[in-house]
Amino acid sequence: VRLDISDNLRRAIAGIAVATMTVTGLAACGGSDDKGSTAPPAAAGVDGVDDGSQLTLWTRAPLELQAKALVDAYNGSHKNQVKLTIVPNDDYVSKVGAAAGSGDLPDLFAADIVYVPNWAKSGLFADLTDSIAKLPHADKINQAHLAAGTYDNKKYVLPFVLDLSVMFWNKDLYKAAGLDPEKGPTTLQEFKDQALAVQKLKKPGVYGTFFGGNCGGCNVFTWFPMVWASGEDVMNPEGTKSLLDGTAAKQVYSTWHDLQAAGAIAPGAKDETGATWVAAFQQGKIGVMPYPATLLPTADKTVKVGVAPIPGVNGGGSTFVGGDGIGVSKDSKKSQQAWNFLAWLMSEKAQVDVLAKNNTSVARSDLATNTYSAKDPRVALINEVAGRPDSKTPVAINFQQAFNAPGSPWVSLFRDQVYGNGSSLQKDNEAITQVLGQ
Amino acid sequence: VTVRSLPALAADSRPSRRRRWSSSLAGWGYAAPVAAFVLIFFVVPIGIVARMSASDWKLFTGDRGWNSGKNFQSALDDRLLWPAVWFTVKYTVVTTVILLALALGLALLVQESSRWTGFLRTSFLIPSALGLASASLLFYALYSPQSSPLLGFTDKPISFLGTPVSALWSTVVLIVWRYAGFYMLLLLVGLQSISGDVYEAARLDGAGRWQTFHRITLPLLRPSLALSTILCVTGSLLAFDQFYILTKGGPDNSTITIVQLVYNSAFQGRNDLGRAAALSILVLGALLIINLVQFRGLRGKED
Repeated sequence: VRLDISDNLRRAIAGIAVATMTVTGLAACGGSDDKGSTAPPAAAGVDGVDDGSQLTLWTRAPLELQAKALVDAYNGSHKNQVKLTIVPNDDYVSKVGAAAGSGDLPDLFAADIVYVPNWAKSGLFADLTDSIAKLPHADKINQAHLAAGTYDNKKYVLPFVLDLSVMFWNKDLYKAAGLDPEKGPTTLQEFKDQALAVQKLKKPGVYGTFFGGNCGGCNVFTWFPMVWASGEDVMNPEGTKSLLDGTAAKQVYSTWHDLQAAGAIAPGAKDETGATWVAAFQQGKIGVMPYPATLLPTADKTVKVGVAPIPGVNGGGSTFVGGDGIGVSKDSKKSQQAWNFLAWLMSEKAQVDVLAKNNTSVARSDLATNTYSAKDPRVALINEVAGRPDSKTPVAINFQQAFNAPGSPWVSLFRDQVYGNGSSLQKDNEAITQVLGQ
Repeated sequence: VTVRSLPALAADSRPSRRRRWSSSLAGWGYAAPVAAFVLIFFVVPIGIVARMSASDWKLFTGDRGWNSGKNFQSALDDRLLWPAVWFTVKYTVVTTVILLALALGLALLVQESSRWTGFLRTSFLIPSALGLASASLLFYALYSPQSSPLLGFTDKPISFLGTPVSALWSTVVLIVWRYAGFYMLLLLVGLQSISGDVYEAARLDGAGRWQTFHRITLPLLRPSLALSTILCVTGSLLAFDQFYILTKGGPDNSTITIVQLVYNSAFQGRNDLGRAAALSILVLGALLIINLVQFRGLRGKED
């Protein structure tokens, strides 16, 4: 869901590559449907097989850091060797699609967790239900990710890297504005008031807050938790009907509308397509905004960052449990060896010694407090929020088309709410439902 | 054709037939590589796209058999189709008019040799050496309120891509900057091929500057202008990179072009290759017709 600045260049190159491939590349899809003669992964026991096989793993560029660290640690301690392929973010869907059509998917591949339901339904992943049930800490694995990877009561996906959204604020700007630098917003109203307070400083180039005003994925990631924290939902459980015209959602829109009207949102938000939506805060120009937790180490380099859960209308706290899930592909002929990697991925060694060490949230609730989170209470808080009942991963088959795609009905909806007169809420919400129900 | 008696024909036909046969074989030999390329890289892909357009063909699941025109129905029902067609046409007209007028002006400016000609020609042409994606990224940075060097000149940041109109014109500026030199070069070649004698004759007949331009330069430049127009119209109708990088079709879906619609159908959300192929076939058909009309119209009085 999230896009880094570093994607800027990659997405451009990917765009061109894909554009030129649209005609020629289409021809490459399709073809044989041969499925590998795979043994069920569960047959080899809880740890799978470690016999020195070569495994392939694909992931998208934003997770390069974590994926590399995980693969290096695994290769260093196992006979199996994983070969990692990093694919540019915008190129990933088309690359996986082409490989799926020709039966050339790698043994393991990660997917943006919001796309996982669609991909599971399309049969890209091997069934891991029995293997996951055998894991010693199966009940501690992040439930939101597991739920997103479940289709027809079969489990296909485990959490690979979690990416959570939390409220970040700039402690120096808070101090200057007369706010308590150690206390972030606990309600939507406080978020608005604190952003306005920073805006009142009238420092050149400094604004109260920021958001990706032309980026569907950014606001799925940062606004949905505000609705959840208020005790409401964004869709029905089946993911076929939009509830984004609810009371709490309206409150979220009006908060941003008021901030816009007061001039407290940095200019550039209106045409921000997601490539640089995290940049202004890193430059110390923004008071408070919902932000990807994985970027805490980066933001820390330039700004004194405070961290809080994303609040709802009357308090509460939630986060969007984003990031990528990972599964064994339908085409893998080494699924028992591939499972060995996944079983290891869920172990304390991978979760704490690799992920937590790299300042990434752990995917097991029983490891939320560990040696690394003990050093930084903010990291401990992020880990804790991930396991809260109000923290979710929204599940819908047509999620990408309804929310993330450029020009999606969700983008039309929130732009009218923030920049327009907000009169077309019913119509826009209906348009989302229509896409979801296709 | 002369009529000869049969024996005479039989007598001399053998060597010449062999010669004709071997020379036609050589002809086929020369044409074969090109024919093979056209077959492999044009005819076959179009055949596949045509089949895809008539099939239930999703990105992840592959070919699932014929679906009797449902893709075309779904493509035509797209809520963004007609706005995209309208925008693409508008963009094409604006770009072509501005680009060709400017390129002609530049070509006239650097046509005659003076001290600055070399410098001017080079500086007009340099942007053409930059890839369109790189040029788009450059302008993305120029237009971004977070990095624009133009910020220093105004109190309030200008929103270059924030409204439909400004997004269109900001993109047109990029394209004109990127391509003006290229079309200038095309027209310059045409200008240089007009014989000096014609101008001299015109001058002797007492023609003024405007008359010379209107009666001599423009008609004799017609082939070059026709070529530039066809290239520019086709290129603009297939615009993608610049909008994909600068606006992603925004704000509010106001800058979505047809090719972006094809891309979105295939890879951004619907993940439906069949529908994208159906749209591609429709675009291909429309382009064929437009180019036919252009060839007819621009060939004009030459025949």
